[in-house]
Amino acid sequence: MSESSTGLHLLSAAELRERVVSGALTAEAITVNALDRVAALDARVGAFLHVDREGALLQAREVDKKRAAGVPLGLLAGVPVGLKDNLCTRGVPTTCASRILEGYLPPYDADCVERLRAADAIALGKLNLDEFAMGSSNENSAFGVVRNPWDLERTPGGSSGGAAAATAARFAPLTLGSDTGGSVRQPAAYCGVTAIKPTYGRVSRYGLVAFASSLDQVGPITTDVRDGARLLAVLAGHDVRDATSSLRPVADYEAECGKPVAAMRVGVVKGAVDEGCDAAVREAFQASLQTFKDLGCELVDVELPHAKYSVSAYYLVAAAEASSNLARFDGMRYGLRVTGADLNATYEATRARGFGPEVKRRIMLGTYALSAGYYDAFYVKAQQVRTLIRRDYDQAFARCDVLLTPTAPTVAFKLGEKVDDPLSMYLQDIFTLPPSLAGIPALSTPCGQSLSGLPVGLQICAPHFEEARMIRLAHAFEAAVAWQRRAPAFALAAGGA
Amino acid sequence: MDSSSRITRDQVLHVAKLARLSLSSDEVDRTQQQLAGILDYVDSLSALDVTGVEPYFRVAAPDGELRRDVPVPSLSREVVLGQAPASAEGGFAVPQVMEDDG
Repeated sequence: MSESSTGLHLLSAAELRERVVSGALTAEAITVNALDRVAALDARVGAFLHVDREGALLQAREVDKKRAAGVPLGLLAGVPVGLKDNLCTRGVPTTCASRILEGYLPPYDADCVERLRAADAIALGKLNLDEFAMGSSNENSAFGVVRNPWDLERTPGGSSGGAAAATAARFAPLTLGSDTGGSVRQPAAYCGVTAIKPTYGRVSRYGLVAFASSLDQVGPITTDVRDGARLLAVLAGHDVRDATSSLRPVADYEAECGKPVAAMRVGVVKGAVDEGCDAAVREAFQASLQTFKDLGCELVDVELPHAKYSVSAYYLVAAAEASSNLARFDGMRYGLRVTGADLNATYEATRARGFGPEVKRRIMLGTYALSAGYYDAFYVKAQQVRTLIRRDYDQAFARCDVLLTPTAPTVAFKLGEKVDDPLSMYLQDIFTLPPSLAGIPALSTPCGQSLSGLPVGLQICAPHFEEARMIRLAHAFEAAVAWQRRAPAFALAAGGA
Repeated sequence: MDSSSRITRDQVLHVAKLARLSLSSDEVDRTQQQLAGILDYVDSLSALDVTGVEPYFRVAAPDGELRRDVPVPSLSREVVLGQAPASAEGGFAVPQVMEDDG
């Protein structure tokens, strides 16, 4: 690596783009630096499932040519990004970390991938995840675990574990994940980076392989809040190919960075940290509340009486939708086929071989919840509980502008610690599920660390389509505390870059 | 209700058939045990009175609109079939569905 590339990987997307526009750096130099770091270091993390070196270099040279020709550059010009491997990329392997899609080359790009290209970002490759985004530790990948750059013995969280780990390791300042019940927020909390789960309908789901269609959203994972705001602005907007995507105009999220937050009413969910939370999480959360007071915010106690039902409601709804969505993987049109004696035997053998244990478990739970005699008791009831949770938020937001909880009840746990206990794994999502069920936006940003140095995340929620509020508050918080944007020793020391 | 009676082995096999999943005998046992545990947990919902509460079926933004139903270019047949495990005569080749003498 050349002298001039020293420390390049620690720059934010906004800083990199500025240097590309000014001519201080070329997109190609940034891309080569990023690809070289991934090649040298990712064996220890396992974040990438596929590196598209050729495609990335091609795109980088195009950006440099554009600049040379005087063509205006996009908001992410020359910025390396990593993509969770459940986002379709034309001609580039997309596996969902599942054997059933091994070797699949999508014939089209996801809407978010098109938007990234249009913004002149450089896609480095595809990132590991829990199979079909089902999991909270990334241990459900068919292609190996991901390690947390803060402690390689620990999980990066999930299901966007590869994306959060890649951002934390500074392989790329930006990655895209997907969030169904916390899958960008919880891994971001575990890896000490920032993530945004947009309002349901804010970002197109076209080309995101469906898990639970009424919950899935694509979301940014970034090293700081400004980058998150910028990336969200690139992703957000209407897409005719997703009927649930909203026509509402997209706010200028980045303009929120630096605006005052005094007199903002910050709701604190009563009892959020009373039980089941690590001491480190409790302490970091309490300290954050003091920071908001110091910033002049008004703290308001609010209640979400039905939030305690969210784990039950979520696992029924998500599993039911998953069992239906994953019916398409039948060995007929794409992916794996294991031939049996007849058509049904072929379906059964293909799915038995192609899906891993957690995916099978959720398909079974979902099929059961949708089956005759149980549909009303389980699926419909769970959907009614969603209405109650949404009403809780409506009432809470009548008294406050944004709402705080920790992102996860614990810091990153050790790999292998919870694999045999699905329920205990599901309870990791206790704080991220209620916003998902209500469809509201939520952001996770670092707010402290445990005694052993593991990051703690703070979750900021806002009413539907009020992403701007939570970005404004998160940016003010980031500016006020020293903890933010700190990189793990792995990213600072390793690779000599 | 105790966990063991929450879901029977026969029910597990029936659901697996509906889901087109062949499970090994071990998998059936494990699934029965794990589903029973999860169903015990979600039973917390049964205590909750939801009489008259609308199910939240439509999360989609109310301002969303359906695209106009007009023809637009689509992927070519070759490109799509290129991802198929087997294809023949411009279509997906699948195992025989109908009996020969039917």
